[in-house]
Amino acid sequence: MARNTALRRSDERRNALFVLPMALFAVVLVALPLVYVLGTSLVESGQDFTFGAAFTLDNYKKLLRADYLKVFLNSIQLALYTTLVSLIIGYPFGYFMARAGRRWKALLMMLVIIPFWTSALVRIYGWKILLQANGPINAVLRGLGLIDKNIKFLGSYGSVLLAMVYCMISFMILPCHSAVDKMDFTLVEAARDLGSNPARAFVDVTLPLTMPGILAGCVLVFVPSVGIFYLADIMGGGLVLVGNLIRDQLLKVRDWNTGSAMSMVLIIMSAGVYLLYRRSGGDDLGVF
Amino acid sequence: MQEVLLSLKNISKNFGEGDVLSGVSLDVHKGEFVTLLGSSGCGKTTTLRIISGLETPDSGEVILNGQDMTDLPPEKRPVNTVFQSYALFPHMNVEKNVAYGLKVRGMDKKAAADRVAQMLELVQMSEYAKRMPSQLSGGQRQRIAIARALAPQPQLLLLDEPLGALDLQLRRQMQIELKRLQKKLGITFVYITHDQEEAINMSDRIAVMRGGKFEQLGTPEEIYDRPKTRYVAQFIGRSTILTGRVVLADGSLAVVENENGSFTVDADYAKMTVGEMCDICVRTERMRVSRTPVEGFSLPATVREARYAGGSVMVYVNLADGTEVAAECGFRMADAPKAGDTVYMHWNPAQAAVIGGASYGA
Repeated sequence: MARNTALRRSDERRNALFVLPMALFAVVLVALPLVYVLGTSLVESGQDFTFGAAFTLDNYKKLLRADYLKVFLNSIQLALYTTLVSLIIGYPFGYFMARAGRRWKALLMMLVIIPFWTSALVRIYGWKILLQANGPINAVLRGLGLIDKNIKFLGSYGSVLLAMVYCMISFMILPCHSAVDKMDFTLVEAARDLGSNPARAFVDVTLPLTMPGILAGCVLVFVPSVGIFYLADIMGGGLVLVGNLIRDQLLKVRDWNTGSAMSMVLIIMSAGVYLLYRRSGGDDLGVF
Repeated sequence: MQEVLLSLKNISKNFGEGDVLSGVSLDVHKGEFVTLLGSSGCGKTTTLRIISGLETPDSGEVILNGQDMTDLPPEKRPVNTVFQSYALFPHMNVEKNVAYGLKVRGMDKKAAADRVAQMLELVQMSEYAKRMPSQLSGGQRQRIAIARALAPQPQLLLLDEPLGALDLQLRRQMQIELKRLQKKLGITFVYITHDQEEAINMSDRIAVMRGGKFEQLGTPEEIYDRPKTRYVAQFIGRSTILTGRVVLADGSLAVVENENGSFTVDADYAKMTVGEMCDICVRTERMRVSRTPVEGFSLPATVREARYAGGSVMVYVNLADGTEVAAECGFRMADAPKAGDTVYMHWNPAQAAVIGGASYGA
């Protein structure tokens, strides 16, 4: 017993040694910059976050403007739609991937993973080419006689949503897939045996038991979606999102303090969503 | 008892890698306890799944109460299953699990609650109504699984190795309880197990399965005392099988001979003719050991080992040609023959069975 404890202690010490580089990485590259952003957001305009800088909450007060609020709402709305559409497509996809035979499973998994190896930017430009006025999609629709005039896809809210869903959907598919994959389908058989038709068995058994995967997927899609802005920029249409606002404050207006305050609000919002998720019993997503 | 409840007619099933079931037929009577016994992969679980509707047969019919159910989905069959893994819904408490079958069938809340309470009482789990399945022990989950399957009052209850995951002590206790429950409720059980002792203890009839077919279907006594095939003789209980040629058959007794000597067997039911080959099965506990030759038998053997086996002594011997034979004897250890002793093996001819062969007539 004593020996065990001693062993465990030396194990722990060795483990701590392995964790150290990662901890260092996290502190230097994540925590310190965040502290700096927080600091910058709390000092007067035009000042750096250094000793002797004047503390103020003005940067945050400045955010209480109707047009800024509108931008935040834009972002949240787009993120919600993105999450919803990703869920509607991603859950069935993950479900069938988990239930498919070995070969199909491998193929579908590849279809989900491979896009990860290419830059999202490049893939979105691909979509842009597909969707442009004299692009292949319009050509096909015209060829089939479904339309007589080219449709202007680009710049529409739909095209932005498409790009968002396209980029985020893997984060929905993978947790949904793993939740379905882990589920014991004897339970569905038991429900059928007790008198449920397939739809009822799904609602009563499969859905509640895969809910952790659904929630994890929603958080993983929603949180980054709030901050993404370059997709909307590429697709056009002039939709202004929080990301645009922060970028403009930092790079165009050069008001680092207001930009930092906006970033902090975004971070706190994301953290809030995650905490809410954890509070409701969600699985650790390895974020914190 | 004579009314047929379930009738399987020539069921075959193939999952693409050879036949899992080939031409299985079975009639189960109302109130009967029928066990499908066999080692894993013999097709017993597939048979059960075909009865419940979770699997459809490639050919053949499933008839319940005179009604063809072959193509009915599981939810439309008045049949419930106790799954091997229990399959309790982990997100519902005990009460909701048991109520599930009532709820989906649209029973009104009050009646369902009464029925659930009654079921929980039946399996002595009333005080656990609000617990989650994860808070129960294996035996308790087992009881809930049974209560859940019984709640909708199925005409037929299917049990897929329900005691397989329990330890021996609990298994024995549950065997008795299950049997009592079945008698009390008068529900027909089709039970699956690979445990021959369990099958013999509980069943009215046993179907021994092998390679997707019924090897033998009969009462536990028939299966034990009159095994139809070598496989049944070896699978159920411990026994010695001796092959020999019939040298004398006078209608009630036959004398069989091989290189070890000659021995006598009851031939009442087996219509044996002189000159043919046959297999004889003698149960280990019916094999006797004598220090002196026995009339009608000449089976000398050399003792290899005698070992105390709790209340009896196991004597392991070799016959003249080296055939290993075990006998469970009533000796005290001190009186048992020692290794190297010559002894004579014999048995009560009425307690030896003739198996297989062209002569098998029963």
